[in-house]
Amino acid sequence: MEAMRLIDENGLRVDGRKVDELRPIRIEAGVLKRADGSAYVEWGKNKVIAAVYGPRECHPRHLQDPSKALVQCRYNMIAFSVMERKRPGPDRRSVEISKIIAEALEYVIFTEYFPRTSIDVYIEILQANAGTRCAGLTAASVALADAGVPMKDLVPAVAVGKVDNQVVLDLSKEEDNHGQADLPMAIIPRTGEVLLMQMDGHMTVEEFNKAIDLGYKACEKIYQLQKDALRRRYAVEEIETFEEAQHTQSAMEE
Amino acid sequence: MKEGERDFNREKENVAKPVREIVVPGDLLDSGKLKPGDGTYVSNGKIYASQLGIKSIKSNFVNVIPLGGPYIPSPGDTVIGKIVDIGPSNWLVDINSPYPAPLHVTEVPWKVEFGDTARYLNVGDTILAKVLLVDETKRVQVTMKEQGLRKLQGGQIIDISHSKVPRVIGKGGSMIQMIKSYTNCRIFVGQNGRIWLDGDIENIVYAIRAIKMIEEGAQTLRLTERVKEYLESMTRSGLNGKQQ
Repeated sequence: MEAMRLIDENGLRVDGRKVDELRPIRIEAGVLKRADGSAYVEWGKNKVIAAVYGPRECHPRHLQDPSKALVQCRYNMIAFSVMERKRPGPDRRSVEISKIIAEALEYVIFTEYFPRTSIDVYIEILQANAGTRCAGLTAASVALADAGVPMKDLVPAVAVGKVDNQVVLDLSKEEDNHGQADLPMAIIPRTGEVLLMQMDGHMTVEEFNKAIDLGYKACEKIYQLQKDALRRRYAVEEIETFEEAQHTQSAMEE
Repeated sequence: MKEGERDFNREKENVAKPVREIVVPGDLLDSGKLKPGDGTYVSNGKIYASQLGIKSIKSNFVNVIPLGGPYIPSPGDTVIGKIVDIGPSNWLVDINSPYPAPLHVTEVPWKVEFGDTARYLNVGDTILAKVLLVDETKRVQVTMKEQGLRKLQGGQIIDISHSKVPRVIGKGGSMIQMIKSYTNCRIFVGQNGRIWLDGDIENIVYAIRAIKMIEEGAQTLRLTERVKEYLESMTRSGLNGKQQ
């Protein structure tokens, strides 16, 4: 069973990372022209694009909630995103992931500001290499902020796991397939609240606690990348004189 | 300690700040002295940004001027709407927001017979209207029963981000007045980010370019001067000698 060695004698992993090292992550905001907000995330070999539409009129009408907005999400893996062609369309796995991502986002969005509307989030996995739900959620929250949706905080997500009896951060495909446990998690960095947590496999309580600590630290780093991506998008507009600021202010009050 | 901090903030307020701070949701804006304004929320007595935008402090309020987001109607706004549906006693108007706005026959300057709505306004027509009221579930009503509100015939419509509208209008309408006088266009700016223009084709093109310039450079330095320069060069070298 456990024929594969995932951590070598130097403590390095198959792709040369240390046990507490993330894969390289690149986040870009506002990549789609016609969406209200969008983001692209390259996370190791994962490539994810997220688009946000809304708040917009909710259809079908019977789903409208007069007290708040509905957060709808579609997580989709494109047929060519995995080595063996995936049958296109929603399957049991993507329906589940869509649901948990929608629920995680619903908790940070101020849905009560937009009664009777829906906020639609589309996540497309262009290339998958383990940890796509985390990459998808990370991208989705940047896309939401880009769309100008009011929310409590951005949502960084990361997977931790257990491989060769060691707790490791951000599993790659090999580690996910042959490892002992996988634990994707998402948090609100400001408060430390947990928005998403799933576990596949077995860990002892000590290992679990260690994994969570590792995850929290990594989320902070991802959070910083998310903020940078958003700031970079609007960096060009940064200069304005004080008089002009007053202009904008007084004009806005008219 | 707290007092000192406050004074420091005061000073920053009064001294010209060349760089405006871009904030993202979750950023700490203030922890104590100031009051929460638009685009912010309070948690544990501290004020955080809830939207992507520009931080601005004004008379003890911290606000976030959003860089995007949908237009949410509020009573009194002048908007440019498109008729999308007609009923026997009302029209449905798209005002570029998540909420459709019904326009009732009683809110129109004409005397309309029941079922005769299509004679006055039809699907695809554009109107200048005013938001009459918005209730707590964001049900909107618009009206045309006020001076200057009417059906817009001819002309062209362009869309910009609604958060840039104040900039397009300028202080006391200075910016829009400038564009109007240079291009000889008739222009209406709706609070919902729709702009209606009518005039010579070339002039419309110049006006649209100028507006796009404002939209892109809404946060930049000396915008008014640059737009003026642009308009001057275009109308002088341009195909219309009428201006001079």
